[in-house]
Amino acid sequence: MSRHHYSGDALIEVLHTAQELYGFLSPGLLKSIARKLRLPPSRVLGVATFYHFFSLKPKGEHTFVVCLGTACYVAGAPNVLTALEHRSTKAGTTTADGKVSVDGARCIGSCGLAPAVIYNGRILARVTPESISKELDRIGVE
Amino acid sequence: MTVEELFDQQAAEVERQNALENRIYCCTAAGCVSCGSEAVRKAIGEEIKSQGLTGKVEVCGTGCMGLCSKGPLVRTSKDDALYGGVDVSNAAALVSAPETLAPLRIDTSAPFFIKQKKIVLGNSGRVDPEKIMDYIAAGGYQALARACTELGPAGTLDEVKKSGLRGRGGAGYPTGLKWELVARQPGDVKYVVCNADEGDPGAFMDRSVLEGDPHRVLEGMAIAAYAVGAQQGYIYVRGEYALAIQRLQLAIRQAERERLLGNRILDSAFQFRVDLRIGAGAFVCGEETALLASIEGRRGQPRPRPPYPPEAGLWGKPTLINNVETFANIPPLIQNGGEWFASTGTATSKGTKVFALAGKIANTGLIEVPMGTPLREILFDIGGGVPGGLEFKAAQTGGPSGGCIPAEFLDTPVDYESLARIGSIMGSGGLIVMDSSSCMVDVARFFMEFCMDESCGKCIPCRAGTVQMHDILLRMTKGEASSRDMAILEELCTLLRETSLCGLGQTAPNPVVSTLRYFRPEYEMHIRDHRCPAGLCEMKGNEGGAR
Amino acid sequence: MSVVTLEIDGKVCTGVSGETVFDVAWNNGVKIPRLCHIGGLPNIGACRLCLVEVEGQKKLLPACITPVQEGMVVRTWSEKLIAHRRLIVELLFAERNHVCSVCVVNRNCELQDLAVELGLDHIRLRYQFPKLVADTSHERFGLDHNRCVLCTRCVRVCDEVEGAHTWDVSRRGALSQIIADLGEPWGESDTCTSCGKCVQVCPTGALFEKGKAVSEMRKDRGFLKYIVTAREKGQWIR
Ligand SMILES: Cc1cc2nc3c(=O)[nH]c(=O)nc-3n(C[C@H](O)[C@H](O)[C@H](O)COP(=O)(O)O)c2cc1C
Ligand code: SF4
Ligand code: SF4
Ligand code: FES
Ligand code: FES
Repeated sequence: MSRHHYSGDALIEVLHTAQELYGFLSPGLLKSIARKLRLPPSRVLGVATFYHFFSLKPKGEHTFVVCLGTACYVAGAPNVLTALEHRSTKAGTTTADGKVSVDGARCIGSCGLAPAVIYNGRILARVTPESISKELDRIGVE
Repeated sequence: MTVEELFDQQAAEVERQNALENRIYCCTAAGCVSCGSEAVRKAIGEEIKSQGLTGKVEVCGTGCMGLCSKGPLVRTSKDDALYGGVDVSNAAALVSAPETLAPLRIDTSAPFFIKQKKIVLGNSGRVDPEKIMDYIAAGGYQALARACTELGPAGTLDEVKKSGLRGRGGAGYPTGLKWELVARQPGDVKYVVCNADEGDPGAFMDRSVLEGDPHRVLEGMAIAAYAVGAQQGYIYVRGEYALAIQRLQLAIRQAERERLLGNRILDSAFQFRVDLRIGAGAFVCGEETALLASIEGRRGQPRPRPPYPPEAGLWGKPTLINNVETFANIPPLIQNGGEWFASTGTATSKGTKVFALAGKIANTGLIEVPMGTPLREILFDIGGGVPGGLEFKAAQTGGPSGGCIPAEFLDTPVDYESLARIGSIMGSGGLIVMDSSSCMVDVARFFMEFCMDESCGKCIPCRAGTVQMHDILLRMTKGEASSRDMAILEELCTLLRETSLCGLGQTAPNPVVSTLRYFRPEYEMHIRDHRCPAGLCEMKGNEGGAR
Repeated sequence: MSVVTLEIDGKVCTGVSGETVFDVAWNNGVKIPRLCHIGGLPNIGACRLCLVEVEGQKKLLPACITPVQEGMVVRTWSEKLIAHRRLIVELLFAERNHVCSVCVVNRNCELQDLAVELGLDHIRLRYQFPKLVADTSHERFGLDHNRCVLCTRCVRVCDEVEGAHTWDVSRRGALSQIIADLGEPWGESDTCTSCGKCVQVCPTGALFEKGKAVSEMRKDRGFLKYIVTAREKGQWIR
């Protein structure tokens, strides 16, 4: 932090690090970040909610991020998302049992592999509603 | 290192590589990794050991080799050939007898290869992005040496101006002029920023350059810093690009260790540090003033220009912002001179352009062609055309700020002006092909949804206008819209274009405007007949449709 | 500081270099519509209602942040500008739930004034009816998100004039919302000084004083200029 002009400049980096460490940004965490960086709390929350990367709620045990970029859209990503949502939960949410989180993303830069899904951090290529369903079976989703 | 050491090291590394019996380049970019190239690379490494060839044969990972649809790709120096679709069982042959793999050999005299011209991607697939010596062996950092020892800041600037290079981030602003604006500003605190936010959904050129040849971008930035008088640089990378971030971090550390970045670069008084800033999932942060706000740790909202960043950028200081590909063009440009660069391309668009081919096209992947290449050549000769027997319908360039180009304009040369004339834009290089299974109204809806989700919310026309436009387009795809809605949609297009604060809102109507221009009957069918000619939209009182 | 002469709507006007087109126009009796601008706060050029045509410029320019230049020829009303402004105000009415008949600032609201001035009598756009709430946890004031136009005057006055930075904006795009501290109820904020400045600058009934009946509340718009002039020039003028 000391290398930056004002402590506030580091806010986004600090939020990245905090999320990496704790998985999500709890109100308590945000409060202590505000205090440490000497920033107004509303600014910290304003920044944390502006960027989709930051999550204020804990993520599920398994995370699916369906790419909804153009190439994936053309290749049928909406059908993959529908299938996934149908068996688990709406994009942007986590199942009640904390097992699965579903999210949409805007191009993950793997358009050659469309439709692409990031499953627990790994890229799945040319995903179909069937293949995603199989994966859900494998991890024991009813 | 000093300039002499740079050349000595290059010679030594080239000699070492030439002495090898075989050097095996394994593509470890996203496309090939997803079809198992990491395992192939590991198997080759083990095979080298078990065949007792350590020190004689070497394997390295590289950036994208271009033909992602034929992955995993492997290049062998022994017979100077490219192999596709390899798996671990081919490892032994690749190490000592690649010629026996003839069936996997890819014909590099095919149009896919010979119609391309690689400047930006010159090293991609040929150097190991994790080894600075590989880059140096390929002539890396010699352009920086030339700038610092031979050209001087003014001479460097002159070469860039002479080259006619224009920004590759979308708007195509002349790079030389931008550099000059920053160079002319008084004061010693200036910044150089590399825009690696690559938000266009369907584009992955910048990602490939960063992953496959990170030193080239660093060298380009260092040359820029030298020319404009900056000492600090930032690269703003999308948070989604974990591998690119990792490789850049490594490359920065290596370059600092070799004194090619940091203090006393090449043993001169020039100093330049580069730091990374990681984006956090907001397309609008690609807009330059929003990007600056984000680097300063704030909400990524644009501010009105003027003042432009060259006058007042980061912390109010003069700031040069260029795109990844723009910077990647700089080292060869400085190395070979502005005139050499200007010899490729058209009268107003110089050099080459990298495109990411995706969608309904046989050869998905990364290509680079001279400016002015006709679209048809890119899509059919290089791209291999539309697979699956369906008909070509439109090519989309410029992402959410661009337009859809119909078949009748396939002979348009790809340059800034020609694309603008037919209602699209060059954009950053995403090129997505749609066949007759795509519904143009739904495509317009798709992009409008994107802009609605990505609007920062600062100005009213974009924040509320995209919501209304999406609402209308959505109702069109459901067969619930009227011709009055159509009139309002067109009014909103004009409003957003003329009154939005930043480029996102100003260009958000483009996909609608261009599809209306070329596919208006399709809209009318949705409205009047409640029918989707592509059979995609599910209409009221009309079964069928994929969703 | 040099005197600048320019033409606004055919009228020769003078201003001082550094002043904005907006200020010079108003000082010369040309009332350019505005929503995010309020005298005394930094301008952000966000609402786009003050866009004007300037001869020789392809783009429309926001008057509130465009400095005057010698010889400038400005048009503040044209068919195109009126059409744009109307549609922008329409967008605002359709964006949230503005039910004027039950609002404390009814007939004393800048959004209503704009609609009247622009002759807007009905909204052609679909109302979005977002589900929003009112925060009435503060002992003296309330915040009704249904009536907020996201002009951020409250955010700026709280940060720049009061210095508390209680308010900020959360999320983005159409989901943007004004927040106090970490999104807590206003009444529980430990940064709010209850000075009420935000309530006075709010152009609509989004921020209001409690205990007022429909149409009863008048906002004091002059106080801001008073404070800022006092601070900057050491002159106390009301
Ligand atoms: C909404 C929006 C998104 C943008 N996204 C990008 C981007 O992802 N990458 C990029 O290089 N430029 C992007 N730009 C363009 C930049 O604002 C800027 O013009 C560019 O980085 C300048 O670099 P250049 O001169 O090298 O092209 C975007 C512009 C807008 C309005
Ligand atoms: S045009 Fe959209 S993204 Fe740009 S400032 Fe306005 S609301 Fe934000
Ligand atoms: S509460 Fe009032 S002052 Fe604040 S942003 Fe909303 S409308 Fe503007
Ligand atoms: S569009 Fe899905 S990875 Fe690019
Ligand atoms: S008053 Fe100028 S943009 Fe809002």
